[in-house]
Amino acid sequence: MTKEIKKISSGHNACAGCGQLSAVQSVMRALDKNTIIANATGCLEVTTTAYPQSAWGLPWIHSLFENPAAVATGISAALKKRGEKKTKVVVMAGDGGTFDIGMGIISGMWERKEDILYICYDTESYSNTGFQASGATPYGASTSTSPKGDKNKCQKIKTCDSVNEIGNEYQKKDMIKIALAHDVPYVAQSTAGYPNDIFNKVKKALTMKGPGYIQILSPCIPGWKIKTNETVELGKLANLSNFYPLLEYVNGQLISGGLNSEKDAKKFKQEYLGKQGRFKD
Amino acid sequence: MANKKSQESQGSQILEGSHAIALTIKNINPDVVSAYPITPQTHIVEDLAKIKANGEADYEYVRAESEFAAASIVLGASAAGSRVYSATSSQGLLLMTEVIYNISGLRLPIVMTLANRAISAPINIWNDQQDAMAIKDAGWIMFFAENNQEAIEQHVLAYKIAEKMMIPVFVNVDGFILTHCYEPIKIPQKKEIDKFLPKYKAKKGEFLDPTNPVTIGAFMTPAHYQQSREDLHIDFTKSIKEIDKEYFLLQNILNNKIKNKKTNNGLFEYSGPVKPKTIIVAMGSVIGTIKSALKNNKQVGILKIKTYRPFPHQEIYDIMKEAKNIIVLEKALSFGTLGPLYSDLSIFNKKQKIKNFIAGLGGKDIKEKDIIKITQKFDNYDKLSFI
Repeated sequence: MTKEIKKISSGHNACAGCGQLSAVQSVMRALDKNTIIANATGCLEVTTTAYPQSAWGLPWIHSLFENPAAVATGISAALKKRGEKKTKVVVMAGDGGTFDIGMGIISGMWERKEDILYICYDTESYSNTGFQASGATPYGASTSTSPKGDKNKCQKIKTCDSVNEIGNEYQKKDMIKIALAHDVPYVAQSTAGYPNDIFNKVKKALTMKGPGYIQILSPCIPGWKIKTNETVELGKLANLSNFYPLLEYVNGQLISGGLNSEKDAKKFKQEYLGKQGRFKD
Repeated sequence: MANKKSQESQGSQILEGSHAIALTIKNINPDVVSAYPITPQTHIVEDLAKIKANGEADYEYVRAESEFAAASIVLGASAAGSRVYSATSSQGLLLMTEVIYNISGLRLPIVMTLANRAISAPINIWNDQQDAMAIKDAGWIMFFAENNQEAIEQHVLAYKIAEKMMIPVFVNVDGFILTHCYEPIKIPQKKEIDKFLPKYKAKKGEFLDPTNPVTIGAFMTPAHYQQSREDLHIDFTKSIKEIDKEYFLLQNILNNKIKNKKTNNGLFEYSGPVKPKTIIVAMGSVIGTIKSALKNNKQVGILKIKTYRPFPHQEIYDIMKEAKNIIVLEKALSFGTLGPLYSDLSIFNKKQKIKNFIAGLGGKDIKEKDIIKITQKFDNYDKLSFI
């Protein structure tokens, strides 16, 4: 009997109850051992590879924050040249690396129709650097660079008029639409509340030729100001409340998931927002 | 015999520098090429695209959406065990700088051509070497070529050194002056290259391989980071000996006769009197102008630096110490201090007078009479002068 190497092992340094790491566990369950991972800079890289240790049992590379899509393209080209057909290439990145700084690089990868599965763990902020707002931060979320102001601190009438009472004043960028606009054949959305849904979507994506994009809402304990046992529950509430519905598009057609009825969703909205410190004053 | 004769009869052809570089890269046989067009590098990557399109080579050619992507693509392919190639220039190099530093830190044996060009603003597409100087401390070996024959041979040498030392290499060729210049060139044939450069095989456990999973690019805390930088520095310094050794091996295979290995080797070339009064030090194509200007000059020697990083301090010391005056002519500057090449050479500034001349920025013509003037009126110049 050969000893099986765990695809990702315990002992990493992520926060207890981290939404991203639980989503990663579901992704890794679905990946074959013939997989090469290109990882962006971020929480996942920092917490799993503190040298000389590594939690990764699959070949894994981290180069920079904004370039894993291009690094993966290079890996893919190397495999193609060698005629190595069964090895899959998977990118793992956060929302900052995906929605913002790595955006153009991802567009290039999709234009070239690279056979690469891109997974974005969406914590809706730059978690690794201390919860600054990103293009994935939703409207009204208070982050360290989109903080809600304190009215008691304003000095003059003039500055009191400009107190930020909202938090993030921009809407979340719609990355799913951007993926669909590139004719990415498999585009899906899930949340850390649904481990089996993540597993199934990764499996499905790997059966398809061409690029795949899976975006997984990954509640961040310190960033969202939530309790360590709430990430799975918030993942579920995000879907039920229609803030982050489960979605699955094949060749541009929605084949599963989508918005729940507004009547049903309404019951969960207050609960979803109310549990999170980032939406409070 | 007949075979050898026919090979020799192929001899020199009149070729454009960029085309010669592309033909040499084809013979080096990389697995993956990725690039983004920028003047004056374009002809190289166009030729490589055409060679692939014609089915004359079987590398993967990946069209990148920026230089930043091109560098990242060759990084990924190299980490997955491929021999790779890219080329860039000026603004393109600056855009890929983050990746350039990353490549050497990851110890990937990547070779790139840098078609040297001025940096914006003001925007200018002509030649100087300010772009190269922007990455001189990035952990890449840097060769500079005087002419296109030297440039293509440096590419062959670059792959050997990169793959042996696991250190990336830039081959610097002056934009337009070399890239777009037609001159007689003898392309190293595939057979000759194969004799010198073994087929690239990444070492087990050092590349991305599902049968032997490794973690590349881990996070290093203060306990480990400095050691990894020190290791790179040590290997970098060691590469001086390798460059010198491999250079002669290559010259031998290419049937190039070298008269004096002490004055013409992989690191530098010295030409001129044995006991010169003045030595003029420079890099790249301007050496051609200097040689022409100082033809038959009995007092001035010419020191051409071929390997700028690692800098061969010790190796050129014996040459330098013979002269009273040193002229450092460079197509780059470091604002508020002396030029980069000057700073590297100032270690010799014990008894000698050493002066810095900044010239040719943004393609400004360097005339033979300027060269003659600075050698004749050396004492009249300040520590640093623009000519």
